[in-house]
Amino acid sequence: MQKILIIGATSAIAEATARLWAARGDALFLVGRRADRLQAIAADLCVRGAASVGCHTMDACDGAAHAAMFEAAHSALGGLDVAFIAHGTLPDQKACEASVEQTLREIDSNGLSVIVLATRLANTFEKQGHGSLAVISSVAGERGRQSNYVYGAAKGLVSLFLQGLRNRLAKRGVHVLTIKPGFVDTPMTAEFSKGALWAKPETIARGIVHAIDRRRDEVYLPGFWWLIMALIRHIPERVFKRLSL
Amino acid sequence: MPRPPLASWGQLPAVPAAHERWLSDRAAPLPAVAGSVLAYGNGRSYGDVGLNSGATLLHTRGMDRFIAFDEATGVLTCEAGVLLAEILDVFVPRGWFLPVTPGTRFVTVGGAIANDVHSKNHHRAGSFGGHVRRFELLRSDGSRRVCAPGENAEWFAATIGGLGLTGLITWVELSLKPISGVGITVASTRFTGLDEFFAVNTEAEARHEYTVAWIDCLAPTVRGIFMAGDHSAGQGQAAAARKALNFPLTPPFSLVNGLTLRAFNQAYYNRPVPAMSVVHYAPFFYPLDGILHWNRLYGRQGFYQYQFVLPMAARAALADVLRSISTSGQGSFLAVLKTFGDLSSPGLLSFPMPGVTLALDFPNRGAPTRALFDRLDAIVGEAGGRLYPAKDARMSGEFFRRSYPRLNEFLPFVDAKFSSDFARRVLL
Repeated sequence: MQKILIIGATSAIAEATARLWAARGDALFLVGRRADRLQAIAADLCVRGAASVGCHTMDACDGAAHAAMFEAAHSALGGLDVAFIAHGTLPDQKACEASVEQTLREIDSNGLSVIVLATRLANTFEKQGHGSLAVISSVAGERGRQSNYVYGAAKGLVSLFLQGLRNRLAKRGVHVLTIKPGFVDTPMTAEFSKGALWAKPETIARGIVHAIDRRRDEVYLPGFWWLIMALIRHIPERVFKRLSL
Repeated sequence: MPRPPLASWGQLPAVPAAHERWLSDRAAPLPAVAGSVLAYGNGRSYGDVGLNSGATLLHTRGMDRFIAFDEATGVLTCEAGVLLAEILDVFVPRGWFLPVTPGTRFVTVGGAIANDVHSKNHHRAGSFGGHVRRFELLRSDGSRRVCAPGENAEWFAATIGGLGLTGLITWVELSLKPISGVGITVASTRFTGLDEFFAVNTEAEARHEYTVAWIDCLAPTVRGIFMAGDHSAGQGQAAAARKALNFPLTPPFSLVNGLTLRAFNQAYYNRPVPAMSVVHYAPFFYPLDGILHWNRLYGRQGFYQYQFVLPMAARAALADVLRSISTSGQGSFLAVLKTFGDLSSPGLLSFPMPGVTLALDFPNRGAPTRALFDRLDAIVGEAGGRLYPAKDARMSGEFFRRSYPRLNEFLPFVDAKFSSDFARRVLL
C-alpha cells in the first residue's frame, strides 16, 4: 500500500489516476478547491477499494495555506510515498494578452504555485530519503507558441524546475517525474473537436501510474508526443515565428 | 471545428442536436438552455429515443462515480452515468453481478432504467427496473425527488422505462446479486421449428437462470441454437482478457447482404456446439462487445433493429412474422428469440410482457425496409404485441399509443423541458 497525496484532485486526469491507485488499495489524500467535489470523488475511491481517502480544501495559489495542508496530509496518511501535483487552469490566451493581472494569475496557478509546493515536498522527500514527486507539466512548455504562450511559459518553468530538482534529489534516492500530456479530452476541452491526437484521461492516467512505478524521469503521454515535440523543437526560430501554431 | 454529430447505435441518418452539454456534477442544476433537453448516456439505443434533433443533449458519462457499496447486502449506489461495464469491472472480482444485464455492457445505469432493459433471465428476474431500489430525479423546475417503490412511487413508475422524458436521473441505488465465479455453464441444443423451440424453452426455463436462442430466419424451416446458462464457480476461458477488436471505419455500403447473411447463418448454425461448456461471462452475455463499433458493418445508411414482443397466447403470429421476413428477402444476421416471464416491471412504459420476443437487425435499404416493418407491425399489432422503443426509429405514433395502454398514466409526469426525437414522433 502506498501513501499518496494528490493536489488538484478534482481534475479529470487526477481523478482517473486516483481510481487506478484506489483499485490497488492505496491510501489517498485529496486536495482541491471544492469540498463537495472532493467528497464525491473520495466516496467513489473508497468504493473502488482505496485503503483510506482523506480530503482537504485548499487553493493551491494560497501559499499561506500550504503548511496546514501538509500537516493534515501527514497526519491522515502517516507518511508519504508519492506526491502528485495535478492542479492547473487552461488560460484564455487572448484575455491574458489584454491583462497583465490575468497573465500573472495564470503564471501563478500553472507555474509558481507548483514550484512552491514542489519545494516543500522535495525537502520532505530529501529528508526521508525516498518517495516520488510526480508533476503534470505539458508539451506546451517545450516551445512558446502564439496560441498559448502564457500557459506554455508557466509549464516551461515547471519542467525546468523539476529537471533541476531531479538532478539534486537523484543522489538521495528520491524520484522526480515530469509528466507532459498532449491534448486530453476533459471537461476543460469538451467543446473542442477531437481528432486523432486527443487522448482520454484514463489513457493518460495509466501512463502516469506506470511511469511512477517504473521511476521514469520524464514521460510524454501518449508517447507519440515525444516525436511531435522533437520535430517542433527543431524548427528554426526564423521559420517558426512565421507559423501559426 | 464542429464536432461530428452524434448518432445513435443504428447510425440512421438524423438531424444532429444543436447543442451539447457535459454534466459531471450530480449536485449541479440543469444547464440553462433554450429549447428542450435530453440525457444522452453512452449512445447504445438503436433508434431515436436518445436523440434530440435541433435541441440540447446532456451528456451524462461524466457523472460516473460510485457513491456507496454495502459488502453485506450488495446494495450499490452510483451516479447515473456509470457504465454497467464499470460495475462489472469493480464488483465481479468481489463476487457480485448485475441482477439484469442487456446484451451490451456499454450502457449507463441511467439508460438501463430509462429503457427498463431486460436480460436472458427475464423469466426469473424480470426487468432492470425491478432491481432498482431508489434514484434521484432532477426536474427542470430545479426540484429533486428521491423515487422508490415506497416514496414518490408514481414518479418511480413513470421514470422506469420512461425514456428519459420525466427529468434527469442523477444517482441510482440498485441491488447486485452474489455469484460464485466469473464462469457461466452453458448447455446448447439445436432445434428445428418453433414448436421444438417452445418445448426446449419450457423445460430449460424451469431449470436454468438464463435462456436465449439464436435463430436462422433465412432457412426454409426456422432452425436455431438454444442456449441455457447458469453462473458457475468455474473460470471459463479467459476470453475477457483478449483485447476487443475494433471495426475502424464505416464502409460505403452494407457488408450485410443476402450472400453474406446466408453464409454466416449456415456457418453459425453448423459450427461445433458442445452440449455443455463453461465460458467466461463476457462472451456469454456480450458476444458483440468483443467487436467495438460493429454497427459500422451496416454501412453509411445504418441499420434498424426490429424487436417486438407477442403475448404468449398469440405466439402463433411468430410464424407469420418469420414468413413475411423470408418472403421479403431481407434477412437478419442476428435474430434473437427469448420468452419473457410474468414478473411485471414497476415501469408504466416498460416493454416486456409475458410472451415471446424476437430481435432482428436489418440493413437500412430505405423504402423496402420500412415497408416490411409496416407489414410486421400489422401482424404484431393484430396479435396484441408491441415494439421496444430502445430499438425503434420508425413505428407510428398510433401503434405506440395503442400498444402501450398505460401511456395516459405516464403523460402527466413528462417534464415539459425534456423531449426526444422519439417523443415528438410518437407521443403527440
